[in-house]
Amino acid sequence: MQLICENLACVRGGRDVFAGLNFNLNSGEALVVTGRNGAGKSSLLRMIAGLIAMTAGKLTLKGGEADATPGEQAHYLGHLDALKPSLSVSENLAFWMGYFGGGVGIEPALDAVGLAPLASLPAAYLSAGQRRRLSIARLVAVPRPLWLLDEPTSALDQQSQLRLAELMRGHLDTGGMIVAAAHGPIGLDSPRELKLGRRGTELL
Amino acid sequence: MSMFFAILVRDMRLSVRVGGGALMGALFFLIVVVMMPFAIGPDLNLLARIGPAILWLGALLATLLALDRLFATDYDDGSLDLLMMGRMPLELAVAAKAIAHWLTTGLPLVIIAPVLGLMLNVEMRAMGWVALTLLAGTPALTFIGLIGAALSVTLRRGGLLLAVLVLPLTIPVLIFGVAAANAAIVGPAPFGPPFTILCALSLASFVLGPFAAAAALRHGLE
Repeated sequence: MQLICENLACVRGGRDVFAGLNFNLNSGEALVVTGRNGAGKSSLLRMIAGLIAMTAGKLTLKGGEADATPGEQAHYLGHLDALKPSLSVSENLAFWMGYFGGGVGIEPALDAVGLAPLASLPAAYLSAGQRRRLSIARLVAVPRPLWLLDEPTSALDQQSQLRLAELMRGHLDTGGMIVAAAHGPIGLDSPRELKLGRRGTELL
Repeated sequence: MSMFFAILVRDMRLSVRVGGGALMGALFFLIVVVMMPFAIGPDLNLLARIGPAILWLGALLATLLALDRLFATDYDDGSLDLLMMGRMPLELAVAAKAIAHWLTTGLPLVIIAPVLGLMLNVEMRAMGWVALTLLAGTPALTFIGLIGAALSVTLRRGGLLLAVLVLPLTIPVLIFGVAAANAAIVGPAPFGPPFTILCALSLASFVLGPFAAAAALRHGLE
């Protein structure tokens, strides 16, 4: 499977954010998108997820399902956690599993992020880091080949960061792909790096 | 189909939990209708004559009350982004949310309307007919309101805009709803024609509402 971005451009609010962006991502590879604030890291992730329109360019997931867009085969972990405070931890996860269809089961997924003991607690009582971990459980619960992570380590403590790195490695080992926006290391050994900058983009 | 029910069940569950609005609509309806006899005075004949209109207006306003949060909560917490990344067409997801809204807001109105009719001196035998017109007409209010809720989703304090956008569109529903209810109570016009038009309005909005709302959401998030 291969994610192909050809000549991608993004205009937000009349301002050119980036243009002429090309990269390929193969199965088992991770790409870390870096750049200053406002360079378009989040916009790129949202564009791949299909949440904002492409100004120009083409985005394909070769080897994926023909009748689904790349966004429909991707998980998006944004700044917002998409949790309902009045639903319990397991109800929140169960909804997204039901909506995205299938998966490994609620308990193994909660176990993977260390939230199993809190399964029946309303999400309103979770800390920022725990909310983040519950969002990550969604990625584990429903298999989708492409993970789009927007600063995935924010709010996570040391141990949770290690656990996330382990989950990401597991995902890559099973042929998955990761595109992550980050300012610092996210715990992967040698990810490829895409630098978004004022003087164009640079693929390292 | 399981995705459709996942949304339906979640939204209904949310509305009965803390912070949900399941009974707010019905309570608001109760208050509005209870206030009317105080404002109009104890003229029983007048109350009986305008009773159906008051019930319909109350139902309209109560339906609007919870509509502005329909997409706004999902937008605020990021759920809307993920809903758009599902395998199910967004139109269906939107329809599921609307049906959940009607079941938790519209249906309770229909159920308590006969009780409130007592306060407005609506005849007992006519109460069933008034409730029937509400049953046929409130889905139209929800599905027309759906469009306004989707349009105002990205705006802060979109609730007022929602009312301004939606209320004019609900005028036909109001006209035929009250006409059918009046026909059932006082006659002499037959009940059938306005009631069938009311049903037609509901069915048409059921088809058009989700498409327009989904288009508005797709556009609004850019």
